[in-house]
Amino acid sequence: MLSQEVTSSGDMMESVANEALIVLGCPEVPVQQALALYAADRLNDEGYTLTIAGNPSVLNLLRISDPKKMYIRELVELEKCIDELSQEIRRPALIIAFIHNDAGISYASTIRFLFPGRLVVMIFGRNAEALAADLDCSCDLIMEVAVHNPGKLRRKLNQVMGWEKR
Amino acid sequence: MSCVENLGYEVILEYTSFRESREYIEKNYTEIYYVDPGFLLFEKRMIGVPPIALAIEGEDTVILPYTKPCFGTYLLRVQDEEGVAYVRANARRKP
Repeated sequence: MLSQEVTSSGDMMESVANEALIVLGCPEVPVQQALALYAADRLNDEGYTLTIAGNPSVLNLLRISDPKKMYIRELVELEKCIDELSQEIRRPALIIAFIHNDAGISYASTIRFLFPGRLVVMIFGRNAEALAADLDCSCDLIMEVAVHNPGKLRRKLNQVMGWEKR
Repeated sequence: MSCVENLGYEVILEYTSFRESREYIEKNYTEIYYVDPGFLLFEKRMIGVPPIALAIEGEDTVILPYTKPCFGTYLLRVQDEEGVAYVRANARRKP
């Protein structure tokens, strides 16, 4: 089933209504993996066809964390994912991007430029407040200075996504 | 036009930010160009906060930012005449 969205140029672009993409950054901050798997579980339950994008390190961590693929489905390297978004080969209805450093701001800004649909940006880590000030794009923004405790971030994600607490 | 890793490169700035990279280019180069995220150069999609600044040095060198998730943004110097021609033909002079 396709939904139609109007781009800024006024052209109609079709996204795939039940496709979701989680974009992960460098895996050095512990909350990222916890919340990525949590979000994956929720999105899977909602019937999304889910892909997770990241660099080879983070994808390897996911594979080792979830050998039975209870949460992860399709994985794609970040550069390939950006290329696919650029060419509109990949047209999700929802992207959740995880950011904890300056490179993440660059990637989120790139994704916002390439993707007209719903973008949820989660900013975390010790520099979350400064990074949030650097991010200048339209999105559902979640920010918490969280490094190893994902509780507050999970609560905020639940609120933004309309997920009830489990 | 080959991948930057195959062409060889020199690191001008490392572990920098997108803002510092742009400011460095605008301060230190005269032939400056701007592109949008997703611009394909040296087989890679440009990553960054738009407008992304690039520069040309002489007739055979491209100065460009290169972002990796775990390492931040690098500013690279890449010698490639084809790349220079491509940037001059496809990038814009104003932000």
